[in-house]
Amino acid sequence: MSDFAFVYRGWDTPASPEELQKTVDLWRAWFEELEQQGHLKDPGLPLDKSGNVVKGAKKLVSDGPFAEAKDVVGGFTLITAADLRQATELAKSCPILGAGGSVEVRPVLPFEM
Amino acid sequence: MEPDEHLFRHEYGRLVASLTRIFGVHNLDLVEDVVQDAFVRALEVWKFRGMPENPSAWLMATAKNRALDALRRQRTARKFAPELERQLESDWALAATVEALLQPSEIRDDLLRMMFSCCHPALAENAQIALILHILCGFNVGEVASVFVCNPDAMHKRIQRAKQALAGSKTLFDTRTPREFEARLPTVRRALYLLFNEGYHGASPIAAVKSELCHEAIRLVALLVGHPQGGTPATQALAALMCLHAARLPARVDGAGDLIVLADQDPARWDRELIGRGLRLLQSSAAGSELSEYHLEAGIALEHARAERPEQTDWQAIVRLYDMLLLRRPSPIVGLNRAIAIGERDGPDAGLHALHALEGREQLAAYPFYPAALGEFEYRRRQSGRAREHFQAALALARNPMERRYLARRLSACEEDRHGPDKGGTDVILGLSPAAAESAPAGDAVPSSREAAPCGEPHPYQRMWRETLEKLEDAIKYLS
Repeated sequence: MSDFAFVYRGWDTPASPEELQKTVDLWRAWFEELEQQGHLKDPGLPLDKSGNVVKGAKKLVSDGPFAEAKDVVGGFTLITAADLRQATELAKSCPILGAGGSVEVRPVLPFEM
Repeated sequence: MEPDEHLFRHEYGRLVASLTRIFGVHNLDLVEDVVQDAFVRALEVWKFRGMPENPSAWLMATAKNRALDALRRQRTARKFAPELERQLESDWALAATVEALLQPSEIRDDLLRMMFSCCHPALAENAQIALILHILCGFNVGEVASVFVCNPDAMHKRIQRAKQALAGSKTLFDTRTPREFEARLPTVRRALYLLFNEGYHGASPIAAVKSELCHEAIRLVALLVGHPQGGTPATQALAALMCLHAARLPARVDGAGDLIVLADQDPARWDRELIGRGLRLLQSSAAGSELSEYHLEAGIALEHARAERPEQTDWQAIVRLYDMLLLRRPSPIVGLNRAIAIGERDGPDAGLHALHALEGREQLAAYPFYPAALGEFEYRRRQSGRAREHFQAALALARNPMERRYLARRLSACEEDRHGPDKGGTDVILGLSPAAAESAPAGDAVPSSREAAPCGEPHPYQRMWRETLEKLEDAIKYLS
């Protein structure tokens, strides 16, 4: 088994409180399923869309948005899966895909070789 | 505690109502942004971390912080609630004021204040309901538009205009002034009544939407019932009629989303708890001398809830209640229901006669259930040809697929009529369609029975009411 990071990028904000409710329910159900199947290593953390970027030797500070809305990282999750193929299959059921966002699936480089 | 499946919608109403008190009614758009912002944060965090122990408190705390940010940021550019101007000047006082105003104990009053404000007399009844749905029930413009089956752009304009009217009144309605409270109370009751009707009889084709509207109306009317000045007998009767009708909702639609008329409903699927609540409310509503039209409608709903089987329905009592309701509120819809009840009591010929003699029936020209009732009674006298014509006319007026499927079924029943008519039936079409409501007088100011009967002879209302009460007691015995 290997670890993978799901990196979430850009999604539409739900249009109404009821849609919000549905979105929360979808994500909770998704995480629950991952957990039951033993794939959830760490649900991870959400990231706010605002913030700063510090860049280069001159330590230039600029504030967000850093990229187009669809490219902003909104959070990450740590997953355990047999291989990249299985991790990618798991990502296909992520609710973000129904809301105009994307999941980047990245293998975590192991410490133990 | 059971999780609220509409948590976000309900909290939306509470937070908008509370924050508007601080930001001022002219800053409603800003308040909505602040609440929306708090909600999106909740969504992001809860997605990853799960729901907190007390989601309402979490949302309230987040909204408070967002509100403080917005107040500090916009303090120089905007004016907030005029009565709080001084308190919001200094940073320290600002935080303390917001803290004090956002106590959970204030929520009920905040909601009532907003409810009364939405029932602004300058607004048409439809606009009042749209505003209540949008602000207090957390429906977005698209969702309100789908309730009324209208174009979202048109609904957006209607809601914007309503908000402007609200902003024009400078401050929220002050629920602490008894005289003004009393004066607006009937309008508020009426708006909640129409909201309920929109769910029960409105054009929306989606069963879930219909039941949500009914339950929103019940939730809001409960606030009014719990208020010392708002919980008058008429309010209790209104709440009773909502509970008694809503109890039938689970039996009214089958698994395929098709309409089931009263005669075919399975009383085992009625919500007994709601019936019990309705009966208790109706009983306390009978405490005073006031007999409002809500009492009469609740009495009708009671008669239906009392009947263990449809054929045991006391149509005589129902006709009499409609007779009285018609005196109070002459409207073609009430007349239509009365005619249907007469047909149930005295047979299809009498029903048809009453339908043809219905006053103001031209106002029902677009309402599918007038020709449907004609069709039903013709069908029962085995006039399949005529019945077919009426059902065809009704089908052309159907407002949604559910009605269309129901009427199509009746139509094909006429065509297959070789062995005599099956049971079929008419559903009781209580209340007013919104279109009819526009022309009906607002308010429910009715003479109390005491005023109506100044001398020794007991007024027919009083006798009627006593009988209803006796039945109510029987029903309570039967149901408990």
